[in-house]
Amino acid sequence: MRKIVIDPVNRIEGHMRIEVVLDGSEVKEARSAGTLFRGFEVILRGRSPVDAQRITQRVCGVCPTAHASASAFALDAAFGIGDDIPDNGRILRNLILGSNIIQSHILHFYHLAAIDYVDVAAVADYTGENADLNAVRDFIARGSLAPFIPRYEGDYRLPKELNVAATASYAEALRIRRTTHEMLSVFGGKMPHSCGIVPGGVSQGPTTSRIASFLGRLETIRQFINDRYVPNVLAVAQHYMDHCAIGAGCKRYLSYGNFDQANSTAPLIGRDRYMVAGTLADGTLAKLDVGQITEAVTHSRYEGDGPLFPYHETTTPQPDKDGAYSWIKSPRYNDAVYEVGPLASMLINYTAGHERVKQEVDAALSTLGAEPAALSSVMGRHLARALHAKIVADAMVGWVQSLTPGEPCCAEWSVPAVGDGCGLVDAPRGAVAHWVKVRDGKTANYQLVVPTTWNASPMDDKDRPGPIEQALLGTKVRDPENPFEVVRIVRSFDPCLACAVHVATPKGRSLGAFRIA
Amino acid sequence: MAEVTEYPVVWLQGGACSGCIVSMLNAASPTIRQLLVDQVVPGKHVSLLFQPTVMAASGELAMKVVDDEAIGEGFVLCVEGSIATAHPAYCAIGEAGGEEISILDKTCSLARKALAVVAVGTCASFGGIPASEPNPTGSVSVGQALKDAGIDTPVINIPGCPPHPDWFIHTVAGVLLNGLPGPEALDDLGRPLEFYGTTIHENCPRRADFDAGKFARKHGDEGCLYLLGCKGPVTYADCPTRMWNSGVNWCVGANAPCIACVEPGFLDQVSPLYEKINEERVARLLCKTT
Repeated sequence: MRKIVIDPVNRIEGHMRIEVVLDGSEVKEARSAGTLFRGFEVILRGRSPVDAQRITQRVCGVCPTAHASASAFALDAAFGIGDDIPDNGRILRNLILGSNIIQSHILHFYHLAAIDYVDVAAVADYTGENADLNAVRDFIARGSLAPFIPRYEGDYRLPKELNVAATASYAEALRIRRTTHEMLSVFGGKMPHSCGIVPGGVSQGPTTSRIASFLGRLETIRQFINDRYVPNVLAVAQHYMDHCAIGAGCKRYLSYGNFDQANSTAPLIGRDRYMVAGTLADGTLAKLDVGQITEAVTHSRYEGDGPLFPYHETTTPQPDKDGAYSWIKSPRYNDAVYEVGPLASMLINYTAGHERVKQEVDAALSTLGAEPAALSSVMGRHLARALHAKIVADAMVGWVQSLTPGEPCCAEWSVPAVGDGCGLVDAPRGAVAHWVKVRDGKTANYQLVVPTTWNASPMDDKDRPGPIEQALLGTKVRDPENPFEVVRIVRSFDPCLACAVHVATPKGRSLGAFRIA
Repeated sequence: MAEVTEYPVVWLQGGACSGCIVSMLNAASPTIRQLLVDQVVPGKHVSLLFQPTVMAASGELAMKVVDDEAIGEGFVLCVEGSIATAHPAYCAIGEAGGEEISILDKTCSLARKALAVVAVGTCASFGGIPASEPNPTGSVSVGQALKDAGIDTPVINIPGCPPHPDWFIHTVAGVLLNGLPGPEALDDLGRPLEFYGTTIHENCPRRADFDAGKFARKHGDEGCLYLLGCKGPVTYADCPTRMWNSGVNWCVGANAPCIACVEPGFLDQVSPLYEKINEERVARLLCKTT
């Protein structure tokens, strides 16, 4: 038996530690841990509830807009205006969140994950005309290779021309990712940490000029997704087909859905959303029941054990707790382990018959000569993310044209003395939920259950490992000095540790009693 | 090829959200490629030895790069995020020699050897959100943590939640061109006056609305956002003229009040964010003498 500790796991968001125990070359035990605690929910208490959509964005600088969205949904409900959002407000929220999702996916594939597959050193003797590649060649020639070296060595398999092409895409993606933030800012004000999404809708309405400015950037981005992002992912996958067969994990999936298509009085997860909500377990699609969500803290650095509904928790940090190894809690659904994220959303929508999802997934699988089962894998997650970006970007072209300049963008509201709300939406990394409880016009309690809390969770009260831990178990690690397989599996989940770690000190109230926007 | 000098930089993340490094990726001039790969100013290349979000290495391989003995001298230390002091486990940046290393210990040990320290963002500059009431992790700014440890390496504060990429990268370029900024180039809070020298209010394009009494009263309204809580009058930054995201927009441009995210009072002294400035709580406004 041999233990490998990877601490920190870099090229993710935040502070993460992975431990695996090998029996021969096979992972027999795996532990995923978050190693940063800030205490957002404690800080939110007693403040004006309106501030939550600005403060909770600061949970994560990669996906702040998803927190703004979930928070605004929760506040809409708590303020009793969930049914009053003007169409402009609803559509602009979708466009702001959609922009952030595309940004996050491009950042993840190129700047976080690709260096595990693409060998930048292939550019050393480049002789062509591409300015980015010439800059990289000169950089290599100078010999100070940080931050790209040191790295794990020994499993770079792409042919030279593909390494060169993918390196060019890495550099191009630096500009395109910046363009996604510019696109978001047209309506959202600035990024990271935008200011456009507010309770009732958005702060700034559409004008023809803003629509044109948004559309121009969207077109540039769509071209990159179609010509670079999706083909690059498929090309990498074709050279790492064994990575379509590792890292499957728990194979149960959960999504809150995304992008409201009409103003609705229905509960969030029952709404007409462009990407539908649901769960998928053993190939069976089911409606989501928020009341089935619990969190355990048996192996988390908080007092107690669980499992409890998020709103029943009385969590207090306990850094030295026996048997605890993470600041992340263990959310479970219907007493089982579930994965969230773009793969979950794509599989749920594929099974539900979403036309665009079926079309894109079937085309990609045909290119790879693979069956849908291959999606539950390292490469499957990268592919799902790329196709998700493509489908969302394509849909946004129609949404932005359905804006009406001059019409309202925000419902009127005031902060009530008492109100409760829940906001559910899919962030770039999957299902994010915010719950707010307003008393005396202040935030009496605020609770978040976020994507990486699901995916990077430690073992629960029944010692069942979390999704990333399960994805690592059974994996063959070829070279323990260069554990490529381990970091590739972990990164395929796009972990966001700043999001995952938080704490609540709520006083009990039934989750089911919360009015959902 | 002309001679190029390498300037090593180490970037640690404490109690942070990665928003600062993501904002740096938005740099338009110099671009992030120019920063990472090319020369920020002719003949000078920033060699980013350690930055958790972008660096290739993980685990032991990465921690060796910031080993106190191995790293040598002559580097600039950048820190993103606040420094938790209540318990080392609140922020561990990695494992070395079988021990988890806290952000507090690593910041101090590297700062002792660094030429200068740059506190990137409001959490690192002033404590920010993690240090806001009730400050569950005993978080402090980088400057405070170093002061408490008796370390006198110069600290430049580049606050903002997040900071504009220009504020950081142009400061770095300035150091490469002219050396460390002298006291005359910084305000009383250690911020470069070039970026943080005037209030938002002074240069706000809606100043005419303020002077004419045209105020927005609810979200979505045009006009001066003072009554909706705009903290522009007590916030020192050049957002109105520099604008954000390659000049596309900025908070007030999107009808959103300034929330004073570059100020030491963020959050406690400037919240509720959507309520009119409470002068008694805004210590910065009261103590500003220039």
